Amino acid sequence: MTSAPFPTGPINAVSGTAIAVRGDDIDTDRIIPARFLKCVTFSELGPAAFADDRAELNGQHPFDQSAHRGARLLVVNRNFGCGSSREHAPQALMRWGIRAVIGESFAEIFFGNCLALGIPCLSVDHDTALAVQAAIEADPALELSADLETLELRGAQGPSWRLTLAAGPRQMLRSGQWDATGQLLANGAALTATASRLPYLQGFAAA
Amino acid sequence: MSSGTLYDKVWDLHQVAELPGGSTQLFIGLHLIHEVTSPQAFAALKDLGLPVARPERTVATVDHIVPTTSQARPFADPLAEQMLATLEANCAEHGITLHGLGSGRQGIVHVIAPELGLTQPGMTVACGDSHTSTHGAFGAIAFGIGTSQVRDVLASQSLAMGKLRVRRIWVEGQLQSGVYAKDLVLHVIRVLGVKGGVGYAYEFAGPAIDALSMEERMTLCNMAIEGGARCGYVNPDQTTFDYLQGRPFAPAGDAWQRAVAWWRSLASGPEAVFDDEVCFDAAAIAPTVTWGITPGQGIGVDETVPTLEQTEPDERPLAQEAYRYMDLVPGAAIAGTPVDVCFIGSCTNGRLSDLQAAAQVAKGRRVAPGIKAFVVPGSEQVAAAAVAAGLDQVFTEAGFEWREPGCSMCLAMNPDRLEGRQISASSSNRNFKGRQGSANGRTLLMSPAMVAAAAVTGQVTDVRTLLP
Repeated sequence: MTSAPFPTGPINAVSGTAIAVRGDDIDTDRIIPARFLKCVTFSELGPAAFADDRAELNGQHPFDQSAHRGARLLVVNRNFGCGSSREHAPQALMRWGIRAVIGESFAEIFFGNCLALGIPCLSVDHDTALAVQAAIEADPALELSADLETLELRGAQGPSWRLTLAAGPRQMLRSGQWDATGQLLANGAALTATASRLPYLQGFAAA
Repeated sequence: MSSGTLYDKVWDLHQVAELPGGSTQLFIGLHLIHEVTSPQAFAALKDLGLPVARPERTVATVDHIVPTTSQARPFADPLAEQMLATLEANCAEHGITLHGLGSGRQGIVHVIAPELGLTQPGMTVACGDSHTSTHGAFGAIAFGIGTSQVRDVLASQSLAMGKLRVRRIWVEGQLQSGVYAKDLVLHVIRVLGVKGGVGYAYEFAGPAIDALSMEERMTLCNMAIEGGARCGYVNPDQTTFDYLQGRPFAPAGDAWQRAVAWWRSLASGPEAVFDDEVCFDAAAIAPTVTWGITPGQGIGVDETVPTLEQTEPDERPLAQEAYRYMDLVPGAAIAGTPVDVCFIGSCTNGRLSDLQAAAQVAKGRRVAPGIKAFVVPGSEQVAAAAVAAGLDQVFTEAGFEWREPGCSMCLAMNPDRLEGRQISASSSNRNFKGRQGSANGRTLLMSPAMVAAAAVTGQVTDVRTLLP
């Protein structure tokens, strides 16, 4: 399995070919079944993405089609990534090669887990999702670019589609500050002040 | 924009700073970890050369991968053994308390933290597990996080978060006999949908909620995430305080009264403003069973599997997928559906009162021929209390297997799993495709009493017909 370098720094656009996985409410157990969680590193998860769905479809799953190998953009429908909080799900997708997810809506924990890896989850309306999925299926070589600056999804020719991303995550990705650890550690004094006013850390001493 | 709710008060109190990206840095009062989602977080910490900031605010246990037959070390599964050994090493290195096997305190993380009195009103609680919403039963703001966020909490005792909106779910009336918190929450999710709660915290309130025990409130909040709500909570009241008093990590002595006074002050008051409000009538809810592949695909046990025409147009593709996968016939009664395996346990329904409710049905009856039925207590403390009450005897005499504590067949990371196309009656929380360890295994979610009813009859059965 070949894979581009993992995301680092500012993310202003994600470009490449795309892959469509259709269906609402695709949960993280389906993205990575629990038996693959028996590991102490994420490193081997890429080939296991959608393992059971792929077995069920017997080679017909998009992740098994050679035309979609190397895809960078994953296009999905509603409530993608619901269920378990397992970061193994976006880790598996990232290690398979996905660098951005475009869909009608996302489960909250999945969205946050992707953000923490530098993988934008961009929203589109229902008709757009279906149109983009159809375009990808018709032409797996179609190169798309998801632009976080203009919030447009564009092909080399043809239509462009409107993307939605909340201001906060967008700013974090574009500024390269999507990995929160450094920011959280920068506020030590403020954190100590917060802790000092929490009754349960102060023996419930009268205020 | 909500104001004056418990969620607003706890959020405001735990704010540290506004971060450059626009999110809020939130102090985490209690961090719970287990063997599945923490090893990569500790490894990342090591790569960054960072210590655990406040090891006394993190508590560990082992639950997902433990076998429930023999828990002797080393485990038969070398990967499971490696995961536990890694957790043990990480906790030892960083000075984190681990409630391990045989400690008397081990169990499913969302069972043990409440029973030890670690979970308290007004805290922020985070854990690398989506069912962390369980702890909201105490009036805590509790939510599941991913492993990168586990790393962040270990490193800084805080998280970058966005504030949720608050929806009050007001439940009038009282649940009927034979109808439990599990039925209530399955009904709520059925009505509001599995995506209805995305972006919301769910506040459960009203006379029916006031009447629930703490264990029932935990079942309710546990499944808020199945409705899309990252956290659910109940305002603390006398039921909460009575449950907490005397537990090992609950405040004691002079601090107790001060704690109660503070906890009372946190509840959403009459002036509270909610972003949304939905009302339910508890008395109208029947024992509820899922028929499909999401927890929102549920019906009363006296109903029929919905036909495509009875399904909202935008839910039809999922319904068709569910018909194919579950091999259930639209329009057919769910009662009478034969089952193969009956599982009582999980962070949703593995507490003492859950086992009592199931035992009430099992007592004096026999598991139907050909059915595999087993009971997995949620923790070592639950197991000990159940044994003291003779429940293990009731179950084994009825033909159920009595197991050691753990997550077990809720997600089948241990040897407990469905085989092939087996269909389970399960007191757990997810009926996703493949969830219980077989890629084509099928799950019917229901209350523990309903699982016991399925076990003794061999099919989905309205438990009310078996109760005195």
